Amino acid sequence: MSSGVRGGENLLARWPVLRQLRARDPLGLGLTAQSRRSAERRARIADAERVVRSVCPYCAVGCGQLVYVRDNRVTQIEGDPDSPISRGRLCPKGAASEQLVNHALREYRVKYRRPYGTKWEELSLERAMDMIADRVLATRAETWEERDAEGRMLNRTLGIASLGGATLDNEENYLIKKLFTALGVVQVENQARI
Amino acid sequence: MGSNMAECHPVGFQWVMEAKLRGATVIHVDPRFTRTSANASIHVPIRAGSDIAFLGGIINYILQNQRDFREYVVAYTNAATIVDEGFRDTEDLDGLFSGWDAEGRRYDPTSWQYQGMVAKPSTGLREVAVRMAAVPDRPVDVPEPDQDPTLQHPRCVYQILKRHFSRYTPELVEQVCGVPRERFLEVAETLCQNSGRERTSAICYAVGWTQHTVGVQNIRAAAIIQLLLGNIGRPGGGILALRGHANIQGATDIPSLFDLLPGYLPMPHAHHHPTLEAYLAMDAAPAGYWGRMREYTVSLLRAWFGDAVGPENEWGFGWLPRVDGDHSVYPAVLGMLDGRVQGFFLLGENPAVGSANSKLHRIAMSKLKWLVVRDLVEIESASFWKDGPEIASGELRPEEIPTEVFFLPAASHVEKDGSFTNTQRLLQWHHRALPPKGDCRSDLWFFYHLGRAIKRKLAGSAEARDRPVQALTWGYPIEGAEEEPSAEAVLAEINGRDASGRPLGTFTELKDDGSTACGCWIYCGAYAGGVNQVARRRPGREQSWVAPEWGWAWPANRRILYNRASADPEGRPWSERKRYVFWDPVAGRWTGADVPDFKVDMPPDYLPSPGARAEMLLRGDEPFVMQADGKGWLYVPNGLQDGPLPTHYEPHESPVGNPLYGQGANPVRQRFERSLNRTNQDGERYPYVVTTYRLTEHHTAGGMSRFLPFLAELQPEMFCEVSPELARERNLVNGGWAVISTARATIEARVLVTDRLRPLRVGRRLVHQVGLPYHWGSRGLARGASANDLLAIVLDPNVHIQEAKAATCDIRPGRLSR
Repeated sequence: MSSGVRGGENLLARWPVLRQLRARDPLGLGLTAQSRRSAERRARIADAERVVRSVCPYCAVGCGQLVYVRDNRVTQIEGDPDSPISRGRLCPKGAASEQLVNHALREYRVKYRRPYGTKWEELSLERAMDMIADRVLATRAETWEERDAEGRMLNRTLGIASLGGATLDNEENYLIKKLFTALGVVQVENQARI
Repeated sequence: MGSNMAECHPVGFQWVMEAKLRGATVIHVDPRFTRTSANASIHVPIRAGSDIAFLGGIINYILQNQRDFREYVVAYTNAATIVDEGFRDTEDLDGLFSGWDAEGRRYDPTSWQYQGMVAKPSTGLREVAVRMAAVPDRPVDVPEPDQDPTLQHPRCVYQILKRHFSRYTPELVEQVCGVPRERFLEVAETLCQNSGRERTSAICYAVGWTQHTVGVQNIRAAAIIQLLLGNIGRPGGGILALRGHANIQGATDIPSLFDLLPGYLPMPHAHHHPTLEAYLAMDAAPAGYWGRMREYTVSLLRAWFGDAVGPENEWGFGWLPRVDGDHSVYPAVLGMLDGRVQGFFLLGENPAVGSANSKLHRIAMSKLKWLVVRDLVEIESASFWKDGPEIASGELRPEEIPTEVFFLPAASHVEKDGSFTNTQRLLQWHHRALPPKGDCRSDLWFFYHLGRAIKRKLAGSAEARDRPVQALTWGYPIEGAEEEPSAEAVLAEINGRDASGRPLGTFTELKDDGSTACGCWIYCGAYAGGVNQVARRRPGREQSWVAPEWGWAWPANRRILYNRASADPEGRPWSERKRYVFWDPVAGRWTGADVPDFKVDMPPDYLPSPGARAEMLLRGDEPFVMQADGKGWLYVPNGLQDGPLPTHYEPHESPVGNPLYGQGANPVRQRFERSLNRTNQDGERYPYVVTTYRLTEHHTAGGMSRFLPFLAELQPEMFCEVSPELARERNLVNGGWAVISTARATIEARVLVTDRLRPLRVGRRLVHQVGLPYHWGSRGLARGASANDLLAIVLDPNVHIQEAKAATCDIRPGRLSR
């Protein structure tokens, strides 16, 4: 009680013995042991505007997450007690997921390195998308294999390869496989193999 | 085995601890003593790379002591099936099976077949079945091979198995694995005592098993144990893969993998699949649910190409690109070195740190024409051209690297809708909490818009190769200012619909006449009734222990596969204690705690009638409904490159020889010897075993952990673990530095001297093991050497996974000279 002592009555009311008796907490292990500072603390999730259900993106246990949002910013991510898989628990990685979303080293802009370049340059997302589409089509045209040496159909390019992480969603993998297969790109791979 | 579940899957491990509190015995077999070992009833240190010797020892123990669950084994496995008289075992041929082609370094599996039937595998390499199908006078897939239910026929699987493993004695286990025989016997006996009618045992593994040149056969060995003990398809049983990423399972089901189409349909092969008819004739099994492969394939092609395809153009099958070899990531990266591969997409993946022989990957990327990196942060694979270790060493200069690099920032999981399939095949939906900032976008957005741009550019093309792109259905609704495509609409396409557009309820509704479209047949039902079943979140405490209304599990929301095997052949539970799915004779249907993995109204005494097909061609007492013969395969006549039975081979790099056979390592392993990928064949120069692993606080190549302040602070620095004995032998000091070298590379790390690793007596030799976490790289808040620099590209022949868990190294005190 180093601060905030205002009056005799208050002081008496805060006397631990009296509080313990009033609160029927003879051992002082309940709320009567709580300091004013603790009592005045507010959970960082208390002011959330909404809570969104999610799934931890690290390992494949699939722990339930609750994402707390305020002012269009993720304020905290906690375990979902409803999940029959995780029952509210998260490991150190899952518990650090708020930082995964908000940490200072996240990138928010497209970066471009030209051939033989020594530094990153700026590029608009729209321009980058257009350039990538052009690269895909040019390499595909240049490396297209219609048939093998014995005349068997190939319909493909081995000039392009793709390697995805296993935090891609099912829906994302579906579009990746669908688009690449239609383009004849067969070297479509994922961390799932590695 | 092959997993450190307490540290790598901590929240899943709570269920192991629950089981232990209820009396379960927990056994941990692993080179290191970890928190998993600390919480186990028994910890068995084992030499990395000797798992099949250990598991083979258990199989031998079961067979020699007749501890198998005989009724289960006879009724539900292929133990009674008689194998072709041409088959010769590794016991006969000093470590090779019959059919070995020394020149081509591959097997012809003709002699491995059942007598009287060629059974196609439910998954894996079907080229083998293809070659077999060309053999005349052999009926293909009539699901009645010759059998001897007494298991006495010398060529029945049971007797073959018995002979194959007869030398895997406790003494041999001790000699190969460094496990004292008493300790081994304790494990084998515990497993047997806890299996049978009343009890079941589960085996959990992680990449400690898959990342070997015998990776597939490690898991096969576990499958044999679990089938012999009756632990498949029953509650508390199974072989449980602990996958290390949120959607490894999903990325296999809806594959971004070279050899598969969605739902484990094989990619068409240039040599075998010129037409849809050839594809189906060679790959569809008449019996079991693969008998409906035509429905799955036609529905997929309809989902992709819509009204542009029909019976007149084989539903667009001819448009699909063909594979004709191993097009997995490692050969592709070697193709970059050779100048064949010009462009590369990295989508949340960091091979500059995370792939075996990561230095080779960095150099390979420096040969590319263009590279697209999509990630949350600027990972090492995005910046190798300016600050990689090879730039620091002067080996590469930015001015000489031609690679054009596009870095595109990605959206995090809370900034997009979508589903992950967890390690138990359970799909769960994560909802978008807020839109991504700046240029950050989901990969769904990236591929949708890339596809739209490409379609626009090719709209006027008359080239034949552009027809499939023009025909590709791509009309997903978009939302918001950034035009994000609807993930739910994609899920609906994956689920499938009928001609009227009604979402399908389950895969048996699929048709082969083009009236249904379905993007992935095993996910059919995930959007049943037009409801996102994947997003279901009825609290666990309000449901049965199976919790069927939390998310959605493929196929058909079944939580345990092959659960017909939880009942006896007559359909009764094997025991009240292990009651799960069973036949209700009054209602005339299968019922129980789970969705039956069986035709729900097929009685246990059903016998196929002539003209039956698919699942109706299997009997009512054959639970393995994806198998061509309805049986669990102790012996694999088809589908594997390296033999019908697991056999102990040494890792590609090993300090000891193979005491069982003249053949040392897996003869079919994939090797890529070149100057950047040298391997050690000299035990003395690199005398120690090195293995790699994960830490709780980091995630794989670190892109999602080394950049986070909390996690970087918890595990700030690369280190190596060595035993006190090895520390003495090499003057290594706890907290000091060590240099670890292999035939590929040399790295430095802080030394952790610990009893968690201990030398093992292997034959006459004391084998030391060095443990390395592999998360670090040159960027982020916590930086350090990459353990993957040390590893070789040498692969399992079936699935092309690298041998990252057992290699040889040397270790010396000090630091790298600069």
